[in-house]
Amino acid sequence: MRILLADDERDFVETLAERLALRGHTVRVVLDGPSALAALEESQPDVLVLDWFMPGMSGLDVLERVSVIYPALPVILLTGHGQMEDGDDIPQAQARIVLTKPLRFETFLEILEDAVHGTFQRQGGDS
Amino acid sequence: MGGSIKKRILRLLDLSAGLSPAHYRALRWLMTVLMVTVSVAPLLILSAFNHIQYTSTLERELERPLHTLVSKSRASLELFLGERFSMVSFIAHAYSFADLNDPVIFRHVFLALTSEFRGFVDMGLVNGQGRQVDYVGPYKLKGADYADQPWLREAEIKGRYISNVFLGLRDFPHMIMAVHRLEPDGTRWTLRVTIDITQLEQSLMPAGPDLETDIFLCDNSGVLQTSSRLYGKALDTLPLILPPAGSEPTVRRLTDNNGKQLLVASALLTGTDLRLMAVKSGLAAWRPWGSLRTELLLVLCGGIVIIVLVSHVLMKALVGRLQAADEHRAAIFAQMEHQQKLSSIGRLAAGVAHEVNNPLAIIYEKAGLALDMLRLQEGAAIEQRRERLISLLEGIENTVERARGITHRLLGFSRRMEASRQSLQLADVIGESMEFLRREAGNRGVSMAVHLPENLPSVISDRGQLQQVFLNVLGNALDALSDLKEGGRIEVGGKLADNDTVVITIRDNGKGMSPEMLRHIFEPFYSSKKDKGTGLGMFITYAIMRRLGGDIVVQSQEELGTTVHITLPLTPPDDMEVI
Repeated sequence: MRILLADDERDFVETLAERLALRGHTVRVVLDGPSALAALEESQPDVLVLDWFMPGMSGLDVLERVSVIYPALPVILLTGHGQMEDGDDIPQAQARIVLTKPLRFETFLEILEDAVHGTFQRQGGDS
Repeated sequence: MGGSIKKRILRLLDLSAGLSPAHYRALRWLMTVLMVTVSVAPLLILSAFNHIQYTSTLERELERPLHTLVSKSRASLELFLGERFSMVSFIAHAYSFADLNDPVIFRHVFLALTSEFRGFVDMGLVNGQGRQVDYVGPYKLKGADYADQPWLREAEIKGRYISNVFLGLRDFPHMIMAVHRLEPDGTRWTLRVTIDITQLEQSLMPAGPDLETDIFLCDNSGVLQTSSRLYGKALDTLPLILPPAGSEPTVRRLTDNNGKQLLVASALLTGTDLRLMAVKSGLAAWRPWGSLRTELLLVLCGGIVIIVLVSHVLMKALVGRLQAADEHRAAIFAQMEHQQKLSSIGRLAAGVAHEVNNPLAIIYEKAGLALDMLRLQEGAAIEQRRERLISLLEGIENTVERARGITHRLLGFSRRMEASRQSLQLADVIGESMEFLRREAGNRGVSMAVHLPENLPSVISDRGQLQQVFLNVLGNALDALSDLKEGGRIEVGGKLADNDTVVITIRDNGKGMSPEMLRHIFEPFYSSKKDKGTGLGMFITYAIMRRLGGDIVVQSQEELGTTVHITLPLTPPDDMEVI
């Protein structure tokens, strides 16, 4: 599975990438919104994992663009907030899931699988 | 002095000044004094006016009977004397010297005279040499020599004479009347009669003065001509300075030599040097007025006592109600403030959750990776990955440290919600407030900068309340910048305004506010954020700043940004409230 991880929290995103790589996935890490858009073009991933809050261009901004350019690409949004904030702001576009940090890794893997294989369902959060 | 009283009053009437019992006591006092003054002043003015009016009316009332008495008595006296004088004059002209020199005729004439008129004592005929050649009366005065008597000389010159009262040769008070004749053959003679003044006194009495009014005759030098109830018998001297008198009766107030207050009416008797005086002693005259004045005074005092009592009770109730209303208002305000505090805590919690969840996620992933490595990789490989495992575990430690910082900061903030007074570096307080919002600012692409002068003195104030103010103002600035795609800036500056005031300026280049919004900015429940805000932020902020002895002023221009000036005293006012 080709996964693109976009998050400004370097420690988090690099460790997560390493764990996914250990399980045989192809992972690419970017640290901000514009790089994510550039990397999408280059590496054509199966799934995009986006941090909601990033300085400069936020996850939502990126999602807005992605929904236009790659309407079929599954996107998983990550948020550090305990509660979903303004869920209605998420553009009604392609497949999207919002997960709350910290993630349970096994659940995250399952959701990734589901997302890529088209059996995902919208979820408000992850315990 | 006047200025400071005005200031005090304004301070008392300023309802935001506080809820201390002393404040309400002072307010009650002030309002009671004001109400009593306002009520009593017209009462006093009215009473004084009444007093003056009544006194003058009473004086007129007292003067009128005296005036009337003198007028009437003068008329009857003048009639008494005039009749007698006319009779004497008639006799002098009807008879010649030769006729009267006959003792039989002389006696006959006198008897006719006394049968018609009372008061005649005797009658004498004085020849040109001043010798009394004929006499009828109870004394032996025939042959008496009057040549050197002033009355005779005056009668000879003027043709007629009425004397004052004197003792003379008869040894009782009497007065004389004389008519002088010069006959065609050159014979000069004078007819003289003596009048008993008791008759004169009786003619005064028919006017019937009451016992408190005295009426008498006196001459120019103050010698009594008739007996007086107050001042003794005829020929005694009056113990008072005579008022000037004319032919018309005049009424005056006098004090006699005994210090007695008198109301005196006096008038001259026509054709004589005598004056008629009616005297009413002050004490008697003023007695009715005295009792009326006592009643008036009682009514006045009673009125004042009632006014004071009613004012006291009324103001006590009124100020009590005011105090209750103020306390109610303060309670509602405290509730609102609490709500706002909760709202700002909510905003913080969102930021903090994010801040805490991020490190947790890192810890989880690092720990997970370490487990993965131990589970998924075999023996020798683990030895090779030893360094990587250590760095992962160190990473976990560091991240825990980072999370600890966040939780401590939050704990510190919630602790500072409690009131306190301490010396503060404003740069620290602003910095801490900014830390809470830095993440949100970062996400929105807003840069925040603080430029405070190094030498800005520390202030004594309440850290938690100040932090609430800065959080609110900075939060508003962030919200104003939320529509701005990039280049959002919040700049915090500060300076020492004067020796005891610091001004902090928080400037953003956001969307600004319309003059309409600016006008309502400090009103409660006024929000530009639709459903998001409580509408209490700036209202509470303003209240906190006033409480801390400072002030907050907002300037804004649409599309250009907003500048908030926060003024803070270096030392708070003594009565800074702690809520």
